[in-house]
Order: sequence, then C-alpha cells, then structure tokens
Amino acid sequence: MLNNFPLWPDQASTMASRVDALYIFLLLVTGAMALLVFACVAFFAARFRHRPGVRAEQIEGSNALEITWSAIPFLIFMAIFGWGAFVFFQERTPPADAAEVYVVAKQWMWKVEHAEGQREINELHVPVGRDVKLIMTSQDVIHSFYIPAFRIKQDVLPGRYTVEWFRATKPGVYHLFCAEYCGTQHSGMVGSIVVQQPADYEAWMNGASTGPLSASGEKIFAELGCSTCHRSDTQGRGPNLQGVFGKPVQLDDGRTVTADENYLRESILDPGSKRVKGFQPIMPTFQGLVSEEQVNDLVAYIKAISLSKPINGAKTSANRAVSGDSSDTEGQTPPLPSGSKVQ
Amino acid sequence: MQPTIPHPMIPQPVFPEAAEQKNYLNEKYGAWSWLMTTDHKRIALLYLLSITFFFFIGGFFALLIRLELLTPAGDLVQADTYNKLFTMHGMVMVFFFLIPSIPAVLGNFLVPMMIGAKDLAFPRINLLSWYLYIIGGALMMHCMLTGGVDTGWTFYTPFSTGFTNTKIVEAGIAIFIAGFSSILTGLNFVVTIHRMRAPGMTWSRLPLFIWAHYATSIIQLLGTPVIAITIVLVAAERALHLGIFDPKLGGDPLLFQHLFWFYSHPAVYIMILPSMGVITEIIACFSRKRIFGYHFVAFSSIAIAVFGFLVWAHHMFVAGISVYSALVFSFLSYAVALPSAIKVFNWTATLYKGSIHYDAPMLYAFGFLGLFTIGGLTGLFLSALGIDVHVTDTYFVVAHFHYIMVGGAVMGYLGGIHFWWPKISGRLYPEGWARLAALIVFIGFNLTFFPQFLLGYMGMPRRYYDYSHMPEFQILNVMSTAGATILGVGYLLPMVYLLWSMRRGKPASENPWNAAGLEWKTASPPPTFNFDEEPVVTWEAYNYDELDAPHKEEVPVAK
Amino acid sequence: MQNEAGADGLTAVHEHHGEAHAAHNPALLHHFAAPEQQRDAASLGMWVFLATEIMFFGGLFCAYLVYRRWYFPSFAAASKSMDAGLGATNTAVLICSSLTVVLAVWAAQTARRTLLIGSLILTMIFGLAFLGIKGKEYRDKFEEHHVPGVSFSFENVPVPGHPGEYANPRHAQIFFALYFVMTGIHALHMIVGLGIFAWLLTMSWKGRFSPQWHTPIEIGGLYWHFVDIIWIYLFPLLYLIDRHA
Repeated sequence: MLNNFPLWPDQASTMASRVDALYIFLLLVTGAMALLVFACVAFFAARFRHRPGVRAEQIEGSNALEITWSAIPFLIFMAIFGWGAFVFFQERTPPADAAEVYVVAKQWMWKVEHAEGQREINELHVPVGRDVKLIMTSQDVIHSFYIPAFRIKQDVLPGRYTVEWFRATKPGVYHLFCAEYCGTQHSGMVGSIVVQQPADYEAWMNGASTGPLSASGEKIFAELGCSTCHRSDTQGRGPNLQGVFGKPVQLDDGRTVTADENYLRESILDPGSKRVKGFQPIMPTFQGLVSEEQVNDLVAYIKAISLSKPINGAKTSANRAVSGDSSDTEGQTPPLPSGSKVQ
Repeated sequence: MQPTIPHPMIPQPVFPEAAEQKNYLNEKYGAWSWLMTTDHKRIALLYLLSITFFFFIGGFFALLIRLELLTPAGDLVQADTYNKLFTMHGMVMVFFFLIPSIPAVLGNFLVPMMIGAKDLAFPRINLLSWYLYIIGGALMMHCMLTGGVDTGWTFYTPFSTGFTNTKIVEAGIAIFIAGFSSILTGLNFVVTIHRMRAPGMTWSRLPLFIWAHYATSIIQLLGTPVIAITIVLVAAERALHLGIFDPKLGGDPLLFQHLFWFYSHPAVYIMILPSMGVITEIIACFSRKRIFGYHFVAFSSIAIAVFGFLVWAHHMFVAGISVYSALVFSFLSYAVALPSAIKVFNWTATLYKGSIHYDAPMLYAFGFLGLFTIGGLTGLFLSALGIDVHVTDTYFVVAHFHYIMVGGAVMGYLGGIHFWWPKISGRLYPEGWARLAALIVFIGFNLTFFPQFLLGYMGMPRRYYDYSHMPEFQILNVMSTAGATILGVGYLLPMVYLLWSMRRGKPASENPWNAAGLEWKTASPPPTFNFDEEPVVTWEAYNYDELDAPHKEEVPVAK
Repeated sequence: MQNEAGADGLTAVHEHHGEAHAAHNPALLHHFAAPEQQRDAASLGMWVFLATEIMFFGGLFCAYLVYRRWYFPSFAAASKSMDAGLGATNTAVLICSSLTVVLAVWAAQTARRTLLIGSLILTMIFGLAFLGIKGKEYRDKFEEHHVPGVSFSFENVPVPGHPGEYANPRHAQIFFALYFVMTGIHALHMIVGLGIFAWLLTMSWKGRFSPQWHTPIEIGGLYWHFVDIIWIYLFPLLYLIDRHA
C-alpha cells in the first residue's frame, strides 16, 4: 500500500490466492483469444488491403469452421465456468466452526459485534488464521460488505441475514468498502479490517469486553418475558429452544425448515409466518420492539443454548474449546483454535 | 421549374439537372412539415437531432464525473451532486441515447429502404413514438433541472422507495414514456420486416442489419413492458407505501432487482445488436465481400435476443440469491457469450481474401472489433462466479459495460452515421477529418476505460465520490480523466464536420461506396417514397462479386 | 403522386388483386401495395402489441406468485374478504361482451349494419357495467379500510381453514396492493377499450366499414378479447384463493 501505483490488491486471505489464480488463468486465456482475433484482423487487413485490379474472393462460409470456433470456445467457457463455480462454492460455504461476528449496516457506517461482546464501528479486528463468519443485516437500505484484500463481497440486506466468511492470512490493515450504492455518503462508508497475530488479537480482545452477545441476549430474553413461554422443559406454551438451532423444524403447515439464523430472526420478528407444529399462534411480533443489535443478541443466545449440549458432551468439544475468556460460562462461542498460526 | 429558395439546413443541388430531383428533404419546407411528417426518413432525422442533444447532455455529466475523480478528495461538487451526476448520466445515456440511438435513427431511416418498402408499416405510430420520446425527454430534462435523482440508474429498492427524497416518480414517468416510444419502434420494425418486404426479398436475402434489428425489436417488445410495470410499482410504492419492495412491510427488495434486470440486461442487447448489424454492413462493403457465414451471423442475433432474456440474475451474484441459481445464471451467461464470439469470428473471416479499403466507416468497424472483443472477453471474468464476487460493483464492471455500450454501440453508431451519411444528407463528409476522428475516439476511449479495469481489480467500488481513504487509486483515475477529454474531442469533431458537410460537402452519387443493398439503388437523398419504381429483388445479399465484376475501374471513394 | 406510386406498386407486384379494386379503396394507405398487405400488417401489429401486454401483466403476475407462495395464509384470508359474487358477475359480464364482439366482427364481415351497431353498443354497455361493478367493489374496500396506505387495517382476520390463526396485516396489505394495481391497470385497459369501441361505433354509424374493409373492428375486437382474458386469470387468482374452506 506504500506504493503509489499498485496493480494488484494485497492477498490477505485464503480466498485471495484462489481468486487470483483463476484471474490469471482468465487473463492468459482471454489474452490469447484477443491476440488471436487482433492478429487475424491486423494480418488480413494488411495482407488483403485493396490493390487495383485485384478483386475480393467470395467465400460463402464453412460449417466446419463455424462448428470449430463454436465448440472450442464453448469448452474453454465451460472450464472457466466450472473453475469459477468451484471457487464460488468455497466462498459461499462457511466452515462449521467459524467464529461468528455480527455486522449491522446503516447509512453510513458499519457496526460490528463480536460474539465475545466487543463492539466496533467501521473497524473489524480479526486474528490471522481463524475462520470468521460474518452474519450481516442492514437497518435501512442495501449495502455491501467488501474487502478487496480478501476478494470477498456480499450484499447486506434489510430484513434478513446474509453471510460471508474468510480466513485472514497476513497481518495488516486492509480496506473495507461499502460496494452497493446507499446514498449521499456511500463513499464515506469505508473502514478498516485489522488483521492481527493471535497474541495481539487476544490482547485487543481482552481490552474492552462488555460480555458476550449471548449474555446480552439472555438478559433481553428474560426482560422481554420470552422465558415464560419458551421454557426449558416441555410444559411451555412456546417450543423449548434448547438444542433447536441447526435442527430441522416441523412447521404447522406441514413444511420442514432448518432453524438457521434467518429462521430465528424471522420467528422473532414475524412469529406467525413459520409456526412450529403443535403450538398455537399466540406469540406477538417483536417487529419495532427490538433493535437489529438486540435481534442479533437474541439469535446469539438461542444458538448458545442450542450448542451447549455438545460442549458438555464429548465429541465436538475439542474444536469448540473455550476461548481466552474463561469466565464465560456460556463458553459455546466458536473460539480461536489455540494452535492457529500464520500461513 | 421555379428556382428553389436557398435553405440553411438543406443541401442545395449543384448540377442543374439535379435541381429537378425531388427528395425527402426538399419535398416540403417549414418546421410544420417536419413536425407533422410521417416519412420514416424525416422522423429518423428528428431522432438524430434529439438523441444528439441528449448525448451531449449525458457526455457533459460524464466529464464532470471524471473531473471530480481527478483528485481523491471530493472537491469539485457536493456528494449529493456527484450522486445525481452519475445517476443522470446513466439515465440519459441509457434511456435517451443508447436505446434509441441506432434503431431510431439508422433503423428508422434504413429498415424500409433495405427491404424495398415505401415506409414503415405504421408511419403515424412512428411519429407518435418520436413524440413520446420527446415528452419523456422533456420530463427528464425538467426532472434534472429541478433537482434530479440520486439513486443510480438502477433505482434499487428500498433506497429509491423509502430513503431518497429526490424526484424518483418524475424520472420514472419519463422513462416509462420513453419506454413506450421504444416499444412502438420495435413493433413497427417487426411488422414492417414481416409484411412489407419487396417481392423477392426473402428472409435469407435480408441484409444482416435487418436481422439485427429484428432481434432488437423482439427484446424491445418483450423486455420494455416489464420495466414499465416495475416503474409503476416503484412509483406506487413510493407514493402509497404498499410494501411490495419494502422489507419493513414484508416486501422483497430482491424482487425489484429481478424485475429490473429482466429488462435491463436485455437492454444491453438493444444497444449492441443494432451496432453489430451496422458493423456487418460496413465490413462487407469495405472488404468487398459477402459476409462469411451469413446464416450463422443472422441466427446468432436471434440467439442473443433469446438467451439475453435468461441471464438477468448474473447482476445479482452477491445480492443474496442462492448459490444454485447463481450457478445456473453463470452457465447461461457463457451460453449468451457464444453467439457474440461467433459473430466476431465471422467478421474476422470475412476480411480473409477481401479487398479491404480503409475509409472512415471501416476504421470505426475495426475500432468496434477491438473494443467489443475486449468488452466481451472481460464479460467472461464477470460471468465466472468466483471472480464476480470480487469485481462486481467495482470499476471493473464500469469499464466492462462501457467497452460494450460505448466501445461497441457508439462506435457502431458513428460508423453507421458516416457510412450512410451520403444517403441521409446527399453529401460526402470530409474523409480525412473522419479518419482522424475515428482514431481520436479509439485512443481516447482506451485511455479512459482501460485503467478502470485495473482500478476495479484493485477494488475501487463504483459510485464513489471521494476516495481520499485510498489515494493509491489516483494515478489510474488521472489517466482515465485525461482519456475522457480526448474522447470528448473525438465526439465533438464529427458533429462539426458533418454539419459543415451538409452545406459544403461534395454531392453524393446514388451509391458512393458501390455498396450492395437496396438503399443504395435509389437517389441520395432518396425521394419521399424511397423508390421511383418498386424494386424486385433477384439477387442475394452482399452481391459484391456482381457489383465489382462489370466495371473494372476503382471503387469510387470519398476523398 | 402518392396514388400513382401506390397504383404502380400494385400493378407491378400484385396484379392478381386487380388495380381498380385497390385504387378505389379510400382506406388503402399509400405505402401499402395491396389491401391484404395492409390488413395483415394491422392484424400482426395488434398481435405483437398484445405480446407486449402479456409481458406488462407478466411482471405483476410474477410478483403476485412470489408473495402468494411466501404469505399464503394471509393471501387466503385477504382473498376471502373479496366479494366473489361481484367478481363472478363481472366475469360473466365480460364473457358476454366477448360474445357481442364476435357478433360485431361477423356482422361487419357480412354487412349487417344494424347488428354491427347493436353489438358494438351492447359491448360498450357490458364494459360500462363491468366498470360500475368494479367501482362498487373499490368503494367497499375503501370503506373496509382495505386500501393500502396509512388507514389500512386488517386486524384479527382469521386464516381460512386454520382456526385460531390470523392474517398478518402487512402481508395482507401486499395482497391488496397487488389487487389494486392489477385490477386498476386492467380497468384502465377497459377504459381504453371503451374509447376504441366508441370510435368504432362512430365509424360504423357513418357506414365506413364493408365486408372488404373492416380491419379496425377485427383488431379492436382482438384487443377487447385480450382484456377479457386477463380478467379470466385475475378472477381466480384474486378472488378464489382457498375458497373451499
């Protein structure tokens, strides 16, 4: 970034080199195709320029040639398509144990909440080598969370969650842009991604924590009286939320949906739309009563009480080891793997 | 014959015997005879004047945008003003210049002549379509002068429906009306091409310009109504808060994007297909050859029109659609790339063993080939899902679509204007100046837009007013702005010398290029009903072997 | 000059149609070679125009289908609040009007002037009746506060077939928004159709149509049928969701 005339953004995530490899492949292939066309045009234009007394030779066409120059580009296109799709699926499939960070976009700033409770504005601190999943929503219009150095971008929509993920590979400070036009200060909706060594990150993390999101969520859960119906036994008027996250849910209208973040969010804001089988439509909507951040906290809480079982159990506890903040009894937050290192 | 009164706009015949010749320009005089005309050639000239006006309005906005981006800080205009500038630049250029450009000017002028008809099937509807265009344009001008719009030409909801306080509804109505003008032009072309062909003018004898316009018309007819209803819904949503696109009321902003791009992606083909038609005519004429693989070029136009309707969601790969629909739309985007590639190969092959002349229209055609090839190939980057995630909504996209829509469509438009200028005006343009202008446009264009590919891959998002956080982007932006000024000169030049040539240019013969096609078999400028005798076609398209065979002498070329 | 050109083209190309026949036809426009060509062009033009109309309504149907799938219970509840009786009456009225349009075309072909004028008048009466009934429905919806906007209210409306469940007012509002936009644009088409038929009536009154030339009746009829067909789709989609309960 010190150079005043770079032609290439930093490669600072695992995705960057994959995208760049495809980009270079495309540069070579399309460069060759363009050169071929330009060379032919230039050569024909020079070689067959008009000379007095020399007439053009009429050629009707050639099916063999047409098939050739349709089939070969098509095969090349399919190779590009396949490779592009392969990279895309990697970009779009967050690892299951990625650390979760909630992002709320609004005109014209980014509000970031780490699962451990740290809140940032227009900045995101992440450690090198950890998979980080961003769960994003917008308070107003459509924005887009774009980190060129990581080669990732995802539109952030009001009214639903969208997700992107990355694993940073190189410490440094990188641009964060809003890439979807969002109004007057669109170009001011920029920020920094601070990638730190794990130790530095731990130090930063321990600096100013207000407690994990799930703890705030637990408090809101109690304050709003959710716990009177959503009891931790089977006697409640609402479904027991323990262990519900990530599981299929049988709905009243016969459909089955997976209880992901978007489902939890929708059930808080619009409980009637996908009601669990066997329960009455008695839950009021919380649209307008809770802020985007509070919805995030509630979702984090419900996820926490869903994932607590495997942690107490045996199998998955290894990769869900408790993070540095050992006082955190919720302890379910996907943590920084202790052995992570810089690539 | 009484002596004709000299008229500043009308070329005066030089030869006494030519003075007898009545043509569509001197048949009647006076503003009224123009405003009430149903002659497709006069309507084409009305369009030519009006779209030139909007081209320079849009170009002026572009120049202001480029000047603002000369420095990283926002120092020339306010942020809101900048947002309005790029919005109005997009709306004016897309809806009031590019979409009507070739179809409404060259198409209007040439479609009936090329198929041997006296006029379009519905001359009064043709005039109505120009008036709709003018009403839409006047509304757009009013909208601009009283505040403008700041949503970007894409009108994305919920920003456009709930968060901006600019004149969305007025701009929407302007585009709605202009859209109907476009629909009526398409309707006229389809019916004319089906029902008005001269005897002997079979489908496989049609010039490829006609095939291209036929394909374009299909898109205009089937795509435009969808944007019309989408605009109605946006306006209703904005006025009444219906909730159709507003997530706060249960609506889906992505539905808007689907409906919008269902038209606006094919709209790109409304711009580029006619340009491909023009280039095909020019390449055939100046290589003195029948076009290589006539049927492949013809059907690739239809294929582009059909596939063009199936790729809209490739604008939405990061918008929140599912990975599987992204997969399908990525695949289909490669499918639509194929017919374009086939066209490029066939044009190249047409040059082989030709007898190539380097007149100005041919220089534009060469420029088109170069720029369109780059534009098309960079489309392959954007269709590749993994790369699109990184470069979408950056300057990479801006550069790509300018290579197609300006490098492709405008090069074709200028090439066509030069090629048919002798037919339109009855005068030859100054060849030297025209070659110079073609060169300046080509150089200026590349200098303006090639750096933007690099900027885009660097990660500079589009629609950024201020990039003081990333000063590393400045050098490329300076190059781009420098190119834009050169490009501006390149676009002004033809206007100057073409106007000059209307009075001072050498009178054109019936067929100055010795070109094939019915439009060259009538006087320049043509009589009001195009042909003194209704033509009967007995030859194949692009019969350059016959044209060059009888007279061995040089092809007359404008000097 | 114009007539000469037309006659030239005619003799040169379409000799079998007979020069006198065409040259004496005042309705033949100068740029057509023969009346058949002119009629074919007009008819094709209307068909092409109707294709654009299908796309115009298609965008709305697309939006309708998306939201109906998402918010089916509320859509069913909102649909139940519609007066299906009035909707069915309007459907019947339009089907009758299509019949009278067909009669008008046949009357024009067979030079039955009285039948032609009568059919056109009947068609217009049916059209006006449709608009009247539609107006009554709009007024009812207005009084029930079912018009989207600030005064919209759709509280505690049960979902058909799901006791104890109530429609989401926001989702019902989308239904009514689509209802008003779709039927409103349809009604606008009806009004344009009435204008066309008023003009056809004037022309018929003046005796301008003949078995040789009655293209305006044909293509005006095409338009009218199209507007009817749109309603045939709108009626079940808007009035009859989940009526079995």
